Amino acid sequence: MNIFDFFRERKKGSTASIAKERLQIIVAHERGQRSKPDYLPALQQELVDVIRKYVNIESDQVQVALENQGSCSILELNITLPDR
Amino acid sequence: MAKILVVTSGKGGVGKTTTSAAIGTGLALRGHKTVIVDFDVGLRNLDLIMGCERRVVYDFVNVVNGEATLTQALIKDKRLENLFVLAASQTRDKDALTVEGVEKVMKELSENFEYVVCDSPAGIEKGAHLAMYFADEAIVVTNPEVSSVRDSDRMLGLLASKSRRAEEGGDPIKEHLLLTRYNPERVTKGEMLGVDDVEEILAIRLIGVIPESQAVLKASNQGVPVILDDQSDAGQAYSDAVDRLLGKEVAHRFLDVQKKGFLQRLFGGRE
Repeated sequence: MNIFDFFRERKKGSTASIAKERLQIIVAHERGQRSKPDYLPALQQELVDVIRKYVNIESDQVQVALENQGSCSILELNITLPDR
Repeated sequence: MAKILVVTSGKGGVGKTTTSAAIGTGLALRGHKTVIVDFDVGLRNLDLIMGCERRVVYDFVNVVNGEATLTQALIKDKRLENLFVLAASQTRDKDALTVEGVEKVMKELSENFEYVVCDSPAGIEKGAHLAMYFADEAIVVTNPEVSSVRDSDRMLGLLASKSRRAEEGGDPIKEHLLLTRYNPERVTKGEMLGVDDVEEILAIRLIGVIPESQAVLKASNQGVPVILDDQSDAGQAYSDAVDRLLGKEVAHRFLDVQKKGFLQRLFGGRE
């Protein structure tokens, strides 16, 4: 380990670099949330209600995701049905 | 038509009012007829920072309600010929402002000024929303600190979706990053986010870096916008930011640790 490594190491483990890493993660997450339309939670709730008429599921067993691919958006539904 | 600038941040205490006062004064110093408008209804402070607190007779809300004309409410700066302040109301609550009311005042100001600088309150509620709603350009004031950077990013999202330009499908608001209370010494030690870090996270154009400076408190104590203290680091940094706002290419200063001279080290710097 030479003197340059010593300085680099300090920079990497510094509180500023921890701050940067945390910010990059949370900001990316929040930007993802932001681009989602407002109706998504309501849509999810209504879907759960419809499915519950036929199958007994919990609300967290339905996942709704909206993905943008170029000019079109894809609404992805992921429903886990309970074991019979 | 005037250019409407909003000085915003989301987080409180980062230097929005200091910046509004400095940028507005800087524009007037360069010969542009400018008005600085305080949107912080109920907690006005721009008047104190500008040193005109004893000359407020009518305020923004009075004009919106038709209780006073704009000419009556505008406070002319005692130092600069072409600088004016429109104070916020201290007694009303924040619901006193409406989109229609603010639009009427903005329109009238636009006809008489080159620049309208809107000093936004903290938060993302009504006052902050109205302050940025009619803006052409935004100065996002950020401290190199996690909560401020996060709130600034939130604010950028709102600027892109909840402004008039966004709702009517016009060109987006031009966004500028102003980093304040920057301490190069702590950045070197790895204790503070650096300019590059914040720029990388927020990904907007950097318009200036204002160093943490004793001159800011000294200026606000006296009711003098810090940009008028042209000997101070903060004053000079604000001056550079105004030049960049007007399209000039100016190199960034005060990003590195200032080496103290032998005598300064011996007797301790006064500034």
